[in-house]
Amino acid sequence: MRRLLAYVLVAAVMSVAPAAYAVQPDEIMADPAKEARARNLSRELRCMVCQNQSIDDSDAPLARDLRLLVRERIAGGDNDSQVIDFLVARYGEFVLLKPRLTPHTLLLWLLPPLALAGGGLALWFYSRRRSQSSGASDPSLLRLSEEEQARLERLIAAETASEKKG
Amino acid sequence: MIAEAGHYALVLALGLALIQSTVPILGARWGDHALMNVARSTALAQLLFVGASFAALTMLHVVSDFSVVNVFENSHSMKPMLYKITGVWGNHEGSMLLWVLILALFGGLVAAFGNNLPLSLRAHVLTVQGWIAAAFYLFILATSNPFLRISSPPIEGRDLNPVLQDIGLAVHPPMLYLGYVGFSISFSFAVAALIEGRIDAAWARWVRPWTLVAWIFLTLGIAMGSYWAYYELGWGGWWFWDPVENASLMPWLAGTALLHSAVVMEKRNALKVWTILLSILTFSLSLLGTFLVRSGVLTSVHAFATDPARGVFILLILCLFIGGSLSLFAARATALKQGGLFAPISREGALVLNNLLLTVACGTVLFGTLYPLALEVLTGIKLSVGAPFFNLTFGPLFVLLMIAVPFGPMLAWKRGDLLGAAQRLMAAGIAALIAIAVLYAWTYGGSTFAPLAIGLAVFVIGGALSDLAERTALFRVPLGVAMARARGLPRSTWGTAFAHAGAGIALIGIVCETTWNSEYIGTMKPRDVANVAGYQLKLDDITQRQGPNFREMIAQFTVSSDGETLQMMTPSKRNFTTRGSSTTEAALLTRGASQLYVSLGDTNADGAIAVRIYHKPLVLLIWWGPVLMAFGGLLSLSDRRLRVGAPKPAKATRALAPAE
Repeated sequence: MRRLLAYVLVAAVMSVAPAAYAVQPDEIMADPAKEARARNLSRELRCMVCQNQSIDDSDAPLARDLRLLVRERIAGGDNDSQVIDFLVARYGEFVLLKPRLTPHTLLLWLLPPLALAGGGLALWFYSRRRSQSSGASDPSLLRLSEEEQARLERLIAAETASEKKG
Repeated sequence: MIAEAGHYALVLALGLALIQSTVPILGARWGDHALMNVARSTALAQLLFVGASFAALTMLHVVSDFSVVNVFENSHSMKPMLYKITGVWGNHEGSMLLWVLILALFGGLVAAFGNNLPLSLRAHVLTVQGWIAAAFYLFILATSNPFLRISSPPIEGRDLNPVLQDIGLAVHPPMLYLGYVGFSISFSFAVAALIEGRIDAAWARWVRPWTLVAWIFLTLGIAMGSYWAYYELGWGGWWFWDPVENASLMPWLAGTALLHSAVVMEKRNALKVWTILLSILTFSLSLLGTFLVRSGVLTSVHAFATDPARGVFILLILCLFIGGSLSLFAARATALKQGGLFAPISREGALVLNNLLLTVACGTVLFGTLYPLALEVLTGIKLSVGAPFFNLTFGPLFVLLMIAVPFGPMLAWKRGDLLGAAQRLMAAGIAALIAIAVLYAWTYGGSTFAPLAIGLAVFVIGGALSDLAERTALFRVPLGVAMARARGLPRSTWGTAFAHAGAGIALIGIVCETTWNSEYIGTMKPRDVANVAGYQLKLDDITQRQGPNFREMIAQFTVSSDGETLQMMTPSKRNFTTRGSSTTEAALLTRGASQLYVSLGDTNADGAIAVRIYHKPLVLLIWWGPVLMAFGGLLSLSDRRLRVGAPKPAKATRALAPAE
């Protein structure tokens, strides 16, 4: 992806550690249910020194530290939102890949539904106005005059003739 | 010498672009045919000179001339020849040169094959192309000159980033740029129409093939890039909602909307103003993407602030073109006459709904990508907007779109019959319900969302097939007659069916991969066996090998299923000495549309190696879908009415064949 090109930028800026992949075998928790929770949480948390990677995907040392931290909290009995709260308290909102609904993210979250509703309404008004102003409701305009009818038949005849030839 | 020649050719191209951006438009104003025809020669000559410039840079990379900064920083004498060539555009300067080469290519194509365009329209279109080209030549020459020399040339280069040393780099950026930059043609047509103040159905017919060509390449380019990321980055992800990816997705969404609205304009002479606006917006998004990727603003707002020369230059180009074209639009759009009327429930209505959903989806991606940047600049608050946000907002819009897709082709123009369309979609609906029921029973207790999503995909595919069956009267007339009718159908009808079915197929792949992906993460020693999704992978041994410019550690796995040996898999880790960095080369085993995916991690002190194995069911459908969509686009492109071009009174028209 173009991500690879972005990779170049990142690599140039901070010379990434040798590529290992994300979750290491030694990090995995013994309890599969807890491990699954840790994985799900990891996907929503940002590796803060990387470019838009979750800690689940990233191979940076910081991401590993965060993964271990998440697992530590889960092992300590925190529920998911407590883990998130802990990380936000420590690292700020920046760590969340899905921003919370707060005054400064209100616009971000509301824009898609508002745009859809607004666009739909605008179209509805527009089509109503056009159908009213165009006189489509007047049946006399929809009917062809004799002259138009004759011209239409001529055109159809010419078209069929040329189709037969071709 | 080669470097200086390449540099000089680029300067000459700039000169030609400046002529092209002034003379033809004056000619059109004065009604002077000779001046208008200048555009044709300058566009072709520009292609020649930019081509020469690009060839010069390629030559420098091929012969490893390290006295040139660009070659020194991105090449190595031991690098395989393929990567010496693809390395030309694996860096900022070279990729900008590729950008203008493709721009010149499209300009040249319009000049060469646009014979059936009205002379003044062609002059205007090429003038606008000249403006874009001149701006980007200036950008390259002023801030990103690839031909700069080093005063004391080093003996060896710094090598290309290992992640980019892959066949993907040969295919992905050129395809993507053909798409991105291809939309400049519809932009130029739109601006030309606004300048001339004249636009009709014939205009839409001229624009459509160009848009289609760009769209096909962009579709393939995005899919190719996604597959590249999937196998190269080593953890099997294929879409990350990264701003760089979003930058390519936005023009695709807008371009898809444009293709559909241009149909309405061509067939019914309606939606003119909207189509013009979309043409402008689509290329504006391409420019925005170029800005986002090339200015470094994505890495950090601060990085942008400390070295702003490039970013500010592109930002200026961006403001000039987007601002200029939108102002022109605002001034002239009201003068365009409104076209045909239609009821809300009609083919036109369905295409408008398509446009609404695609535009809102595009707006969501745009907003989500820019919001953190804007917020940080304005308030200093740092915020992340990542995959979970986009899945939550983009997903529902896409579901709505997919529900609507099968209805569109079933509705008549002007005034459609929703009930009738629903009846014709009965078979597709029943197939979807069966799929949901079967999957739900089969995966009982698992995800409820996945069967529904696959049901939706089946509905879309079934809808596309029903449309074909409907049009050929399959099952209602003898098979022979239906076959004859199928041959007689316009190619664009086939194209629509293929493209829509492709979207459904991609959806199946996406749902299967995200829901039923199984993985194994662990450390293995030789002769250890891992079990994943019914496959046994036995690690045979680990060997070392010396490649041309890297050292490689290869692990060999024997894959078997039910005691039957299937194949060997050999994932590896490469260590590139020059840059001191390494890459993971995943091994893939394809079974039908599903894949086994193995990648290696670090070795422990005791000789055990960290291994990650995935089974990804039906994952290949994610990319077959877009390939099918592009094939549908190609079929549409070969439609007779587009080959012939717009009818011209009393004169034989010559073929308009942009992609042939």
